[in-house]
Amino acid sequence: MADTSYRTIVTDGLWNNNQALVALLGLCPLLAVTNTAINGLGLGLATTAVLTASNGTVSLIRNLVRPEVRLPVFVMVIASFVTAIELGMNAYFHELHKILGIFIPLIVTNCAIIGRAEAFASKNSFLRSLVDGLSIGIGFTLVLVTLGSMRELIGQGTLFDQAHLMFGEAARGLSLKIEDFPGMLIAILPPGAFIGLGLLIMVKNLIDKRVAARAAVKTQTTEGAEGVAT
Amino acid sequence: MARRLPILIAAGILAIFAIAGTSLVAFTHQATKERIAANERETLLRNLYALVPKATIDNDIALDTLQVSDPEQLGAPVTTVYRGRLQGQPVAAVLTTVVPNGYSGPIKLLVAVRYDGILGGVRVISHKETPGLGDKVDESRSDWIYSFTGKSLGNPPLEKWKVKRDGGVFDQFTGATITPRSIVTAVRKTLLYVKEHRDALYDKTAASDGVTAEG
Repeated sequence: MADTSYRTIVTDGLWNNNQALVALLGLCPLLAVTNTAINGLGLGLATTAVLTASNGTVSLIRNLVRPEVRLPVFVMVIASFVTAIELGMNAYFHELHKILGIFIPLIVTNCAIIGRAEAFASKNSFLRSLVDGLSIGIGFTLVLVTLGSMRELIGQGTLFDQAHLMFGEAARGLSLKIEDFPGMLIAILPPGAFIGLGLLIMVKNLIDKRVAARAAVKTQTTEGAEGVAT
Repeated sequence: MARRLPILIAAGILAIFAIAGTSLVAFTHQATKERIAANERETLLRNLYALVPKATIDNDIALDTLQVSDPEQLGAPVTTVYRGRLQGQPVAAVLTTVVPNGYSGPIKLLVAVRYDGILGGVRVISHKETPGLGDKVDESRSDWIYSFTGKSLGNPPLEKWKVKRDGGVFDQFTGATITPRSIVTAVRKTLLYVKEHRDALYDKTAASDGVTAEG
């Protein structure tokens, strides 16, 4: 456990142990805010910031904190970071903060964060924990943005609508719009979130299966070749 | 005694982290407080100026406020009234009317009534209406909310202050009648309230003194 390579940490966070697609953690914010890509990106980045900061802190204090008060201390660390980041967003991304509303403070309750603090950061070095927090966070963000883009595109025929809320007026050009597209309402409504997440999990499993099959073929052929050589 | 020590240490650690965490939050709060207040003020002013153009008033409309209470007519226990003036003369009053009976929860409005009783405009500030159906009342989704601008209690006549399905003049949306109906009703009630309380709302003398004294 202590010797997991950085490469493994990153691929686990982004793909193999993706918190949204594999662990299915943090579904409440995931399903609720992904009606547009920008909302997903905003919440994803906030979550990543909290995860990285909390993982780093927890790792630094892991030898200091006695096991019996471990969890309350972790929760306190996470809650402090979330509140600080919420205030920061309110100050610098006011409009986006208004749209994401209650889901920013609710990052505290995202099980993925306390999960990583307990399962990884409390047992690993500072740098490893930072990398882990960052990769898990980016993995989560990627799912949020993908799901948000899907729902936005199908539901209202736009992509990166309201990008200026996050990147300033210059980013208005980023918004795409399909003209005369009526939109399929279901994608925006809550059921669309569940269906979309289901589809994403399906795609991931299909890819994994194909990769596994290819790897199996490869080992077979190399074994065969070795057999011939000997 | 030896047994108690670990508990005390644990409690001490917990206390230290509580202090550290609270300090972080307090520090961030201090650092962002002014900016957040400025943001909120800017958002409010942008909404108010959209209804009462900046060029038509010379007072600070966000500060010239009045709290009134009439849940029956205005939908909320407390309603804030922002008042715009030019050289001390009342120009318009903007009421924070709440529509209590939206399709999914209350809808918050800004209703601007000019001194002559004509609507300067209406805006939806927050709502939870169905995306694609009821949310067309939002300025960013359709132009429907602009249809109030220029209307007054006599235009259309009071009995026509309804959506078309109920025999009035205001459009409803395909698949969503409840949202427009409740907003039309709320705006009509607001106009009636303003008519009844005209003197108190525009408050010609008292606040204009305050404004000139401050200015």
